[in-house]
Amino acid sequence: MASPATRRIVGAAMTGATYGAAALAIVPLAAILVMLLTKGAGSLDWDFFTRSAVPVGEPGGGFAHAIVGTLLVVGVACAIGIPIGVGAGIFLAEFGGGRFGWVVRFVADTLNGTPSIVIGIFAWAWIVRPAGRFTALAGSVALACILAPLVARTTEEMVRLVPNSLREAALALGYPRWRTSLTVVARTARAGIVTGCLVAIARVAGETAPLLFTALGNQFFSTNLLQPIAALPLQIYVYALGPYEEWHRQAWAGALVLILLVLILGTIARVATRSRHERA
Amino acid sequence: MTALAPEQPLARAPRVSTAERWRDLRIVSPGDAVYRVALMLLALVLPLLLLAIVGGLVVGAWPAIRQFQLGFLFRSTWDPVAGQFGALPLIFGTLYSSLVAIVIAVPLALGAAIFLTEFAPRWMRTPVGTLIELLAGVPSVIYGLWGLFVLVPLLRDVIWPVVKPVLRWLPFFSGPFYGPSVLAGGTILAVMVLPYVAAVSREVLRAVPPAQREAALALGATRWEAVWTVVLPYGRAGIFGAVVLGLGRALGETMAVTMLIGNRHEISLSLVQPGYTIAAAIANEFAEAVSSLHLSALVYCGLVLFVITVCVNAAARWLIWRVARGSAAGSAAL
Repeated sequence: MASPATRRIVGAAMTGATYGAAALAIVPLAAILVMLLTKGAGSLDWDFFTRSAVPVGEPGGGFAHAIVGTLLVVGVACAIGIPIGVGAGIFLAEFGGGRFGWVVRFVADTLNGTPSIVIGIFAWAWIVRPAGRFTALAGSVALACILAPLVARTTEEMVRLVPNSLREAALALGYPRWRTSLTVVARTARAGIVTGCLVAIARVAGETAPLLFTALGNQFFSTNLLQPIAALPLQIYVYALGPYEEWHRQAWAGALVLILLVLILGTIARVATRSRHERA
Repeated sequence: MTALAPEQPLARAPRVSTAERWRDLRIVSPGDAVYRVALMLLALVLPLLLLAIVGGLVVGAWPAIRQFQLGFLFRSTWDPVAGQFGALPLIFGTLYSSLVAIVIAVPLALGAAIFLTEFAPRWMRTPVGTLIELLAGVPSVIYGLWGLFVLVPLLRDVIWPVVKPVLRWLPFFSGPFYGPSVLAGGTILAVMVLPYVAAVSREVLRAVPPAQREAALALGATRWEAVWTVVLPYGRAGIFGAVVLGLGRALGETMAVTMLIGNRHEISLSLVQPGYTIAAAIANEFAEAVSSLHLSALVYCGLVLFVITVCVNAAARWLIWRVARGSAAGSAAL
């Protein structure tokens, strides 16, 4: 066995190494945020939020069409995906003990691990190809397919956290099971369910791959769900790979807006969960 | 029975009320069945969705499957004009770039997880953990943007000139380095999977009973020795699961890799040469496919990617489940 001094030195060195690993893990986050602020903040002016893209060579122009497009596509995706996810999640927590529950849980995990580009192919195969054109709606469906299994799993976790004594109390007062489940259990878990939804929305708002050949992108302002539509991540992707300095500048600004959107959603979710835990 | 429903008062009470009272005792209402069926239908959407995904992929890929069969997986030609397709370079590139990412990310992620559960002062645990989780929330396209304008120039102009004389003799570093490469793609993937591996490993390490650590310390181990000889072996399967879960993420990651890997249909061991992945090929070529066979070949690639990720994720979940015994520690970290 090594001498006590060696063992102490090895211990100190390895402890230091884990400090270093944690620090190194955070470096990219800091680097990305700094770059976004230095390169993007300068371009965030009134035009950026109120104007759409302009032809190359013309100065100005903005991301208004992409911001509105993202809000629209994600909003429709929520309208489709969240009811399915929350319903499936409550089902898993309340009735999910049997074989069917096991299958749904397994499927939700499998869907959560499915690459988002594959979800894009799915939406293309079932919506874009039969319709014969790219539509915002197809993009929403693709995002909803990512949203629903994520929300289902977090909802299940949150509903499971509700103490059984609450259920028993409601049943003892003569509530039927469905009312117990809806007005007592789901309501108690509401903050957690909303948090799960926010986290999932933050995730899909930044998704690019499933929109590439569903919503496709659009240089013009559009709110028509049956036409191609722009989205923030798509616009950033196109502008980042483009050859023009002006495009790169706007890509950084768009990225800053996107990350603020994601971080704000994430922070609201985190604060909501924390205050709930503290009360409990 | 008689105690619950005494003969006398019930006989005088109206008939409906008897039924109601009986119902209340059994706590069954017509609403229950409706509620249960409604939730079940919503839950049923998920399995149907999975079937629809598989169905859509198989139908879309069918022309290519019929034409190339399984040989598609082992051929290297990719010529949309001549209608010849083989996915070997894509499959190789996908596995290779993910492997690079795992090699870079795992030591760091594991170190960070050990730091967060074992060594960090209490006041540091939450903020550092939160920052690492925030890293997981950054959209892929932003990693791509950052990689394109910061990481690639850094690797090419600062790091490569320094390490080139030392490493050039290795097959992994042969050839000129222009920027977009397997190394750049793998590095950005490492940054992206690190928070997942760290978060799941942290859950696994937290699940190790404190008594295990205490026993090791009581036997005279230093804190590091307790971690290295007791905590890590105890969580071995779960940590391996976390790594495989990270691998599953890396395999399917699209945007950042598409922007950084260089997009070349060739197999090369060299990390500084451009490569290609399945997801990147689909992202680049799908909307501009030249023929229906080209499109079908891309969907076939998507099917291959889907099968690979399903297998990898199932393996990861099984490993994590073995540790956490279904406590969903892994899925909470997703």
